[in-house]
Amino acid sequence: MSTDRTHADHAHEHPTWKQYKWVALWLFVITVFEVWAYYVPAFVASKAFVPTLIIMSAVKFTIVVLFYMHLKYDHQMFRRLFTGPLIIAACTLVAFLFLFSKVRIG
Amino acid sequence: MATVAAAGAHEAHEHAHYTTTGLNHRKIAMWTFIGSECMLFGSLISTYLVYKGRSVVGPFPHEAWTSPTGQAFKPILNIPVTSASTFVLLMSSLFMVLALAAVENKGKPGYEGLLGASKFWLAATAAAGATFLGFQAFEFTSFVHEGLTIRTNLFGTSFYTLTGFHGTHVAVGVLWLMTMLFIDLKRGLEPRDAINVDIMALYWHFVDVVWIAIFTLVYLIK
Repeated sequence: MSTDRTHADHAHEHPTWKQYKWVALWLFVITVFEVWAYYVPAFVASKAFVPTLIIMSAVKFTIVVLFYMHLKYDHQMFRRLFTGPLIIAACTLVAFLFLFSKVRIG
Repeated sequence: MATVAAAGAHEAHEHAHYTTTGLNHRKIAMWTFIGSECMLFGSLISTYLVYKGRSVVGPFPHEAWTSPTGQAFKPILNIPVTSASTFVLLMSSLFMVLALAAVENKGKPGYEGLLGASKFWLAATAAAGATFLGFQAFEFTSFVHEGLTIRTNLFGTSFYTLTGFHGTHVAVGVLWLMTMLFIDLKRGLEPRDAINVDIMALYWHFVDVVWIAIFTLVYLIK
């Protein structure tokens, strides 16, 4: 009982070497695509450029947090401790962008 | 008797390290710290984005600029160099998880060779972190030579503050990694030490995810 409780945070499986390898490969591929996109003037001028880069960055962020930081496998309290402040930070950022007219609706 | 005392000491040791949640309190503290760091970097990135494009004088990040005196400035950001440093930092995260796996699974089948070489992976992670810092030192030095200091314009102030804070975090991570490597060389890290490596790895990966955001928002988005 004691052992079960005291080691609750260790009672989770971690990704295997193969999964780590795939995660690294995806991170590399996405980064290459991001840099490639930066050098395509037609794509940079399009409306899709900024959203595409932000989505790719968010995917990389999520992959690292879920697999390398083991949040996918860890106790849900750790998830709450991370996502709570992350949401506050994201909301603050968006609020500032609206407040200083960096983003407009309509 | 001695065995009972030792068992009691072990139990006391465990109570000192674990909370009523059943989770290691140092790991809870690290996640709480990472949460607070999210808000710190959130505010620094917000500041950078709010000031973006509001500099009165150059050099600018993505556009060329000619000063009233006729001096020409190129776009200051060097994407190929920063892409290389980003790649190095991403690879350091892979090395870090391999170091943790090596310590957690020491002595288990399948972890006899390179996969079980915690010293190698810790050294590789520290070396990658130091390389990233080298890239950053090169970038800062070349920017100063090209006329961008922390006092030049709003871009310089917000850029150096944001990337400087991140670089400081990387430097702390490299020191932490080297300390862990020293312990591994001195007495060898065992599976019971995995929690210490795990907590350090959380910090290192957080530094990596912050850079993922900075690389896109500061360097790639024009």
